[in-house]
Amino acid sequence: MIFAEWKPIAELIEKLKPYKKVLLAGCATCVAECAAGGEKEVETLAPLLRMALQKQGHTVEIVTATLDKQCEWEFVEQLAEQAAEVDAIMSVACGIGVQALAERFDPKPVYPGVNTSALTIREEAGLWAGRCAACGDCVLGETFGYCPIARCAKSLLNGPCGGTRKSGKCEVNEDVDCIWNLIVERAYERGQIESLAEPKRTKNWSNSGHGGPKRVIREDLRQ
Amino acid sequence: MKTLVGSNLERVLAEGHFAVTAEVGPPRGPEAEVVKKKAGILRGVADAYNVTDNQTAVVRMSSIAASKILLQEGLEPVMQIVCRDRNRIAIQSDLLGAWALGMRNVLCLSGDHQSAGAGGKLNGHPGAKNVYDIDSIQLISVVKGLRDEAVQDGGDSISSAAPFFIGAAWTPLGPPEKFRTIRLAKKINAGADFIQTQAVYDIKRFSEAVRRAEDMGLAEKTAILAGIIIPRSAGMLRYMNNNVPGIEVPDELIGRMKDAADPHEEGIKITLELIDAARNLSGIKGVHLQAIEAEGLLPDVIKAAGLLPRPHVY
Repeated sequence: MIFAEWKPIAELIEKLKPYKKVLLAGCATCVAECAAGGEKEVETLAPLLRMALQKQGHTVEIVTATLDKQCEWEFVEQLAEQAAEVDAIMSVACGIGVQALAERFDPKPVYPGVNTSALTIREEAGLWAGRCAACGDCVLGETFGYCPIARCAKSLLNGPCGGTRKSGKCEVNEDVDCIWNLIVERAYERGQIESLAEPKRTKNWSNSGHGGPKRVIREDLRQ
Repeated sequence: MKTLVGSNLERVLAEGHFAVTAEVGPPRGPEAEVVKKKAGILRGVADAYNVTDNQTAVVRMSSIAASKILLQEGLEPVMQIVCRDRNRIAIQSDLLGAWALGMRNVLCLSGDHQSAGAGGKLNGHPGAKNVYDIDSIQLISVVKGLRDEAVQDGGDSISSAAPFFIGAAWTPLGPPEKFRTIRLAKKINAGADFIQTQAVYDIKRFSEAVRRAEDMGLAEKTAILAGIIIPRSAGMLRYMNNNVPGIEVPDELIGRMKDAADPHEEGIKITLELIDAARNLSGIKGVHLQAIEAEGLLPDVIKAAGLLPRPHVY
């Protein structure tokens, strides 16, 4: 899922304090899964913002709505009526949702309520971990199902750097596995370590954000 | 004798001498004098001098500039390059520039992650955007391409080859230990002419790792220099053992430093024993000595080890 987390409340009220009426808009998809921007979080955040604004002497009415998906135009359209009645919108969806609202409801100011930071899986209750970096050139078929782009701090392609701790964890964070340690272990388990002896050439990053803003056309779907 | 590059380090190794390299850390400031002073202390005691590239992710004078100052002072640099801060375009451009300035040895490294910030002793720049466009093994191939084929990574040719003597690092005792020899092989196959290892204290385990490399035929395809950091206190050894990945310090050595009436003397004694042990390993062709922030110790240590004078005065 796309992972996001609340921005600090102080940052949010700085943005909202000039307005009289604000729409706080959630999304029931990824950000609900990661407990940042679903209906539950929207209904928790709204009173927190009201109180924090009140405390600083700003009376701001906050209305709420949570869409099934903020990244699809037909769902975004459901906000049209409410959006017309407010001075500003704060979206707690990922950056895609924020931009969809900003585009549809221009010139209404739209602010992000969360920081979108990774593509994650929920490893266990309350613990999310990055799994994909959307690099545009997937190597999982050669790395035994562990992603060295998203899960190695240096995105190395040819094995572990010298920073693997005795515990098998990464030098950058003692709670995070050195993913190359796991890749190598799995290669040995499967009797395929030789496949990791092959050098991996310099990577083509151009199919990711490094190639400029992404734009994909599928002619078969444009009829 | 045929050499690829003709650098002093390459010639010393090609002639079969036991090589000595030493580390010179550039200053956290713009003073050429600091580099010149270190050069003055170290002139003539090693065959080449590693110039670190913003080690521990702390901003220092660039390795290119500090290497050039060493050259002007009559010391041959091993210019270190890390993959953290520059993409393949900047790295190749800097390599051409470095060659133009006279640098002939490079050491290709991944580089400490920007969160390292001098192990927490300085702010560093943990909020920096890192690059890691290519990794250390790919970097070796890139340098080899500039040297052997006069071609850039992207396939475009350069107007004339830029021959470098190519170095790489090896962390023989880091996990996954069994794979470390394979990774060494990858570096050698990519084009590493010489290897400098992570600091060695556990000579028994190190010898076993070197033996594995020899069994794979690696020790004859490259020149492995054993890394040695002069120990200055029991606390320093304990810190490295616990916190520096790939460094294994036997309890016995920590105990010796702890019990020593004069830890300084004991540290030198241990260093000399390590150099001696390294010289007795058939797969080891030299030592890479580091005296972190205490370069002044190196001349006496190298002399006491019987490694002076060096075969060539550069």
